[in-house]
Amino acid sequence: MHYQSQAVARLYFIGALGLFVGQILFGLILGTQYVIGDFLFPAIPFNVARMVHTNLLIVWLLFGFMGAAYYLVPEEAETELYSPLLAKLLFWVFLVAGALTVLGYLLVPYAGLARLTMNDVLPTMGREFLEQPTITKIGIVIVALGFLFNIGMTILQGRKTSINIVLMTGLVGLAVMFLFSFYNPDNLVLDKYFWWWVVHLWVEGVWELILGAILAFVLIKVTGVDREVIEKWLYLIIAVTLITGILGTGHHYYWIGTQEYWQWIGSVFSALEPIPFFMMVLFAFNMINKRRRNHPNKAAALWAMGTAVMAFLGAGVWGFMHTLAPINYLTHGTQITAAHGHMAFYGAYVMIVLTIISYAMPHLRGHGPTSGDQSQVLEMWGFWLMTVSMVFITLFLTGAGILQVYLQRMGETPGSFMDVQEKIAFFYWLRLFSGLVFMGGLVTYLASFFTKAPAGAAAEVSA
Amino acid sequence: MSERFTISTSRNIFFGGSVFFLLVFLGLTMGTLSGLPERDNRANITPQVALGKKVWENNNCIGCHTLLGEGAYFAPELGNVYGRRGGADGGLEFIRDWIRAQPSGVEGRRQMPQFNLSEEELEAVAQFLKWTSEINTAGWPPNREG
Ligand code: HEC
Ligand code: HEM
Ligand code: HEM
Ligand SMILES: [Fe+2]
Repeated sequence: MHYQSQAVARLYFIGALGLFVGQILFGLILGTQYVIGDFLFPAIPFNVARMVHTNLLIVWLLFGFMGAAYYLVPEEAETELYSPLLAKLLFWVFLVAGALTVLGYLLVPYAGLARLTMNDVLPTMGREFLEQPTITKIGIVIVALGFLFNIGMTILQGRKTSINIVLMTGLVGLAVMFLFSFYNPDNLVLDKYFWWWVVHLWVEGVWELILGAILAFVLIKVTGVDREVIEKWLYLIIAVTLITGILGTGHHYYWIGTQEYWQWIGSVFSALEPIPFFMMVLFAFNMINKRRRNHPNKAAALWAMGTAVMAFLGAGVWGFMHTLAPINYLTHGTQITAAHGHMAFYGAYVMIVLTIISYAMPHLRGHGPTSGDQSQVLEMWGFWLMTVSMVFITLFLTGAGILQVYLQRMGETPGSFMDVQEKIAFFYWLRLFSGLVFMGGLVTYLASFFTKAPAGAAAEVSA
Repeated sequence: MSERFTISTSRNIFFGGSVFFLLVFLGLTMGTLSGLPERDNRANITPQVALGKKVWENNNCIGCHTLLGEGAYFAPELGNVYGRRGGADGGLEFIRDWIRAQPSGVEGRRQMPQFNLSEEELEAVAQFLKWTSEINTAGWPPNREG
């Protein structure tokens, strides 16, 4: 750690990991309700557990992105953070707002929460991923503005590296696209059309810029390869991302009331979307092979390579699988979608946040480049347990999805939704079992933060 | 990568490419929006249908169901439930009666909560689902099971 003010990142990373645990606990509740339909009913209906699961995911990833920015922007800009105090303040504001929102989901019926927060004044609730009360959404915007101001001022005052510029572009894009969550017309088709401007243009657009910037930063640090080379790759990857991903939005406009020409535009451009993910794999492995130093933090290098590979599998391969219109006609809104959603979110965004945490945390804790061998071993066990169990979750959901499509959407005598769900329950049991292993992996990973500090660490406490 | 291929070349590809495709996307969006009235059944968005959408949202039905294939995968697709359950011949009554009768209480079966909707809200959400079933969705879903 080179700058005192980078220390605020630690708060964000700890907050992120705490919420990650909550997210997975609720994932396990959901997985159980899939096979034991009345589990915890009516105390926690499925929709409530699902909101908690997905909203915690998004919030902890945002904490992770912000922590990443607070850590790497000062180091790249070679200057202290504009205002560490503002960063700390915004952390607590965001955490309290998030906690109140989740408590609202759990303690009040959703319709009551809508009434309580006066949703009728500016109705934005009740849409997937955007379930937060309008007032929470406004809070998110305020936090985002404060954050962008803080990061923006830091960048302006210091060295303007490509990594900082790309990261900033991604973060500004994230905030701008979120504004479309406030547009909720009575016309369902228009509502859906612009809903995707938040969801698709986030994960297959601006978030990929953030992903690329963080990956580039960590690769420079662990490989010592020339910044020139790395930044060239970074710009090329994100160029292809947006060139394919913007029109790729069309893969969500096949069946929601929009014109048939979207089937062509969406299929062609989204079929190219795996390319930038493949470039990330080449990028990560090339840089590691060309490394000029053997950085002792092996876990961070593992996370970086793992991110590239799993993002390519989850987003690239599993995305391509159902992105062509004739195939999507059959798979739209089935367990195939859930399979892809899980591996893509985990492989790209969960793993990149764990990558930067892996690299930064030992420095933030004053341990030097690693927190010791025992910590590294536990962390790498956590990596493999979580990653392999996520692969199995994806495979089981894909099995369930193929059967669902076959039994419910093909043939002369299609089965009803509920009958088919019963027939494929075996796969849901297997998914639940893999989910438990995932939880085991997460616990192992967290245990890596509680090992004995490496010898001589105290001397390193420069911060 | 070769020496000639400089960082500013790749930066220019990024800025140029993104801006170009962003503009194309905005253009396509204008075209789409101007053609939508013929497809999205907006002429039939009565105040009742609009209220129905609000009931749908305020009770987070999307947290269990898909609507036109988007949402959660825990419970049946509802974009075509009006047609699946009788259409003009009882579709609206089915939806209202169904919501009134929940939860089923069948042991081990997936449960839908009781929402305590007023008669006005019940009628509205049923009308909203009927309206949704009349959107031109390019032939999706493949069959009535959704
Ligand atoms: C907690 C999850 C959950 C929520 C929230 C939920 N539902 Fe359901 N819904 C279900 C389940 C599960 C079924 C299938 C139950 C069965 O077959 O026993 C169902 C079935 C239905 C059906 C019958 C579908 C058919 O084809 O038979 C309708 C209509 C329906 N729901 C409407 C709604 C509406 C409207 C809302 C919001 C006001 C809503 N649901 C909210 C879980 C939910
Ligand atoms: C990291 C990047 C990505 C993430 C995090 C991601 C995540 C998701 C999620 C969560 C959904 C479900 C949305 C919903 O609930 O309705 C989804 C849908 C979809 N994704 Fe991705 N995705 C990514 C990249 C891609 C790519 C690169 C492709 C194509 C090659 C793709 C193709 C699709 C398609 C076609 C759907 C619609 C599925 C349906 O019709 O039900 N995704 N994605
Ligand atoms: C880091 C790990 C995880 C990530 C990134 C993640 C992400 C997601 C996402 C993005 C969705 C929305 C899916 C969509 O719309 O397609 C979702 C839903 C869900 N998740 Fe997870 N999840 C994780 C772990 C788990 C675990 C461990 C379980 C259970 C064992 C689980 C069970 C579920 C279930 C049952 C749903 C609801 C699917 C539906 O709508 O029917 N998740 N998760
Ligand atoms: Fe997409």
